[in-house]
Amino acid sequence: MRLLWLLAARDLRQAWASGGLWLPVAFLLLVASLYPFAVGPDATILRRTGGGMIWIAALLASLLPVDRLVAPDADAGILDQIALRGIGEEMLVSARLLAHWLGFGPPLMIATLPAAALLKLDGATTATLELGLLTGTPALAALGLLVATLTAGLRSSGALAGLLALPLAVPLLIFGAGTLGGGSGAALKFLGAASLLLVAITPIAGGAAIRAGRD
Amino acid sequence: MRPTRLRLSDVACLRGGRLLFRGVSLDLAPGGTALLTGPNGVGKSSLLRLCAGLLRPFAGTVETEGRLALADDRLALDADRPLREALGFWAALDGAAAAAVSASLDAMALAPLAQVPVRMLSTGQRKRVTLARVIASGAPIWLLDEPGNGLDAASLELLGAAIAHHLAAGGILIAASHQPLPLAAPVTLSLADYQAEAA
Repeated sequence: MRLLWLLAARDLRQAWASGGLWLPVAFLLLVASLYPFAVGPDATILRRTGGGMIWIAALLASLLPVDRLVAPDADAGILDQIALRGIGEEMLVSARLLAHWLGFGPPLMIATLPAAALLKLDGATTATLELGLLTGTPALAALGLLVATLTAGLRSSGALAGLLALPLAVPLLIFGAGTLGGGSGAALKFLGAASLLLVAITPIAGGAAIRAGRD
Repeated sequence: MRPTRLRLSDVACLRGGRLLFRGVSLDLAPGGTALLTGPNGVGKSSLLRLCAGLLRPFAGTVETEGRLALADDRLALDADRPLREALGFWAALDGAAAAAVSASLDAMALAPLAQVPVRMLSTGQRKRVTLARVIASGAPIWLLDEPGNGLDAASLELLGAAIAHHLAAGGILIAASHQPLPLAAPVTLSLADYQAEAA
């Protein structure tokens, strides 16, 4: 547990020091302020489509930090030094996932509040949106990290990361935006299930990807 | 606790479809030193990475008893943090005391640079920092890749003193180097002798 915290604290500190934490937040706010310019200031249209727009923005924002999640540490030899200490790659990826979500999920949820105001969303929709993001951002963080481990050794990994991650993110978008449609609440449960699955496989698959990248 | 030991039996290394070397055997007990020599690209760094467990041998076995420390050409420190803090991260992972970091900075004459951000260090200073990271780890097995590169005469003396101290405390050392290192009676392994014949 102490090990997990040591690794996660360093990752979080690095993310903060590099200023990368602001990128997804700024991106979400930019999209929310540009969207009314594109579709017009009609409050009804904005209210009906704004929630889905925020989900798309959150999904795309999760791709922004991908190229700095794993590759710089792999190049600097930090991943090798961690492995040398007998710390499993799964532990490393788990800690990184925790740190990445902490630096990605809550800031995005806070940025959603002004974004929701820009898109004229009412209180109930905003609450549903926040609940959905709380459930879905761990999955977005896990997906971003998984793709980052897979593309760590490659040049111009950013574009490839998008191509890899977006098809896998389709269920998250469907269920995430689906939570806004009301109904039985099944969408939120599916979103939670997808989130659990991605969070569970990312340490294993990401650890294997880092090991495979050594040869 | 089992005694520190490093044993390679009949190890072969395959990189990128090329057999770099084969039949390398080595057995080091506490206080043992090995010096890897040979021209560029013969596989010295690969052999060190095999010992570190970062590469898997194509054939043969690598057994190590005791913690490992590797100093290669990569610093593995956060570039924007002050030197002492950056080393402190590894010391915390190793469960070493803060005094171990101070002692390692002193051993490499880096104490005046303790508050300087890592990215500001020069080539020779970076090499000394890499060695300080190894010293601070307190690991009994050291794997040093070209530890003398970029060091001035005074720093080479510090390196020699650190190595002598490490070996006297029952440590094991494997170093890959082109230039002569201040080592007493190492097992010299010329990797060119183990190259596979062209098929």
